[in-house]
Amino acid sequence: MPERLSILIAEDSAADRMLLATIVSRQGHRSLTASNGLEAVALFEQERPQLVLMDALMPVMDGFEAARRIKQMAGEELVPIIFLTSLTEGEALVRCLEAGGDDFLPKPYNRVILEAKINAMDRLRRLQDTVLQQRDLIATHNEHLLNEQRVAKAVFDKVAHSGCLDAANIRYLQSPYALFNGDLLLAAFKPSGGMHVLLGDFTGHGLPAAIGAMPLAEVFYGMTAKGYSLAEILREINAKLKRILPLGVFCCATLLNISFQRRVVEVWNGGLPDGYLLRAAGGARVPLISRHLPLGVLEPAAFNDAYEVYPLELGDRIFLLSDGVLEACNKQGELFGEARLHEVFAANRQPARLFAEIQQALAHFRGEPQDDVSLVEVSLVEEGALSRPPLAFAGSGQGSPLDWSASFEFRGETLRRFNPLPFLLQLLLEVQGLRPQGGALYSVLAELYSNALEHGVLGLDSTLKCDAEGFAEYYRQRSSRLARLGEGYVRFHLSVLPEPGGGRLIVRVEDSGPGFDGRAILEQQLALDSLCGRGLALVRQLSERCTWPADGRGVSVEFCWQAGA
Amino acid sequence: MAITSLPSPDGQELTIVIQGRFDFGAHQEFRDAYERINLSPKRYVVDLKGTTYLDSSALGMLLLLRDHAGGDQAQIRLLNCNPDVRKILAISNFEQLFQIT
Repeated sequence: MPERLSILIAEDSAADRMLLATIVSRQGHRSLTASNGLEAVALFEQERPQLVLMDALMPVMDGFEAARRIKQMAGEELVPIIFLTSLTEGEALVRCLEAGGDDFLPKPYNRVILEAKINAMDRLRRLQDTVLQQRDLIATHNEHLLNEQRVAKAVFDKVAHSGCLDAANIRYLQSPYALFNGDLLLAAFKPSGGMHVLLGDFTGHGLPAAIGAMPLAEVFYGMTAKGYSLAEILREINAKLKRILPLGVFCCATLLNISFQRRVVEVWNGGLPDGYLLRAAGGARVPLISRHLPLGVLEPAAFNDAYEVYPLELGDRIFLLSDGVLEACNKQGELFGEARLHEVFAANRQPARLFAEIQQALAHFRGEPQDDVSLVEVSLVEEGALSRPPLAFAGSGQGSPLDWSASFEFRGETLRRFNPLPFLLQLLLEVQGLRPQGGALYSVLAELYSNALEHGVLGLDSTLKCDAEGFAEYYRQRSSRLARLGEGYVRFHLSVLPEPGGGRLIVRVEDSGPGFDGRAILEQQLALDSLCGRGLALVRQLSERCTWPADGRGVSVEFCWQAGA
Repeated sequence: MAITSLPSPDGQELTIVIQGRFDFGAHQEFRDAYERINLSPKRYVVDLKGTTYLDSSALGMLLLLRDHAGGDQAQIRLLNCNPDVRKILAISNFEQLFQIT
């Protein structure tokens, strides 16, 4: 039994009205009757029947006009109108349909056909009803989804934009909703003044792709600010993502560690397309190839944090891209691919136009713009050219201890696996007076530690680093000797002394190596602006005093501060 | 896109053949291909001969298969990769987890 309908009958002949009302009632529906168009319109407005039987020719207002008005009032809802007509010529029947009629029934009436038409129109009406309901439901869901994304994005932006993407040496391009394509771009200054940059691409789309971005960003910013190294940050991110993400969800990523002072970049690429080191001189493009599985795939014990190290010159640029570029697909199903990207590189004359040219090439290739592309470019500039915020310090802010000393000795096993710098830095920054110099302090500690470890304990020769090949060789030897390290130590002796109006920190670093001729090294370093160490010169520049004993075993540096500074 | 699975006569090996695009749309069908069979094969073969494209979701699905097949002990070969598919597998360094031939 179909639903009981209200059916409006507009017919000027009283006999026909009666006949139609009887048929409709016998079919189980409720009938409303009007004797002209105007009455029909009024009755429609008042009773909102679901279906109308409309005589075409009536006094006062004819059926055509009444049909137009009723259709207008009905709006999106389908109120089927069946015209009742003795008109037979084609043109008149067309007028019925043009006025909004859905069907017509010729006079004299055939009960069986009328009933069948009412049933057919009722099916259509219910179909339209369902479509409208579903449309509204989808619209509501979509509204909710967009709203949730807005909230999620606002929260995420607070975390993601706490970094330094707006630094003068970074250029980037990202869709505002890249997060929901799974793309992630982070950059942060290190305490030593260098910079970490991460471009990531999570599997999938939508919220599942965005959800891992938050913990990743927290680890990246938190550990970078505390002075952890690239390898340590990678290990932690991998372990965290492996632990919290469902199997099969992971993050392809490239992480860069750029040191402006030492003019090197460390690169780790797991699963992103080749990035490029674009040389300012000569225009060479050195590919930065994916050597690893993406983050979040391997168990911590199997994770490989080996990175590559490249020397940089002023003006060198590092370019990274997400797979949206290479996998852009045209109507023939071809992929944009690396060859087309290289054509864009080769044709590029003004570096500042590179991103725009890549976008143009993509739009030209696809026939429409592509909006899920992430591009970033970081250049090597003079460190002084960047304005960096003061070192953030999440400490108690309470009074600081001012008269103490402590010594640490880090031995073989520890030197192989552990980076003591974040730990030492956190300890020293408990001294409030040192906080404004936190960056310089970190740089000096980092230099002294790597000198002690690399030259003292590992016995590496920094003159190796005089050209690009030697440079790579140096870092290869560093990691193989470190892996085999058994004996050896690096000692830090820290003492903090109160002074009138302020205080002084003295750091003495010693190692198990044979010692070195500091003066000769310093002279050599000052003379050469080469790839090999600028380290000791830098330490001299950044600290208050820098001295070493005649036997070359150990270096001592001092920092002092004024109270209230 | 169509996915079919063919056990070897001795039931020791299951071959999963993927036609067309291998992306998120294939998720359920791909899982069904190895979960809805009443045997526990020792080895798996994913035949990508007819696979035109593979995205990162598909890489995720391969990891799910690997886990199902025993994780680090899994024996899974990826066969007949076209150059585009091979490139995507190479960028992700999946040859460390799968035998790609």
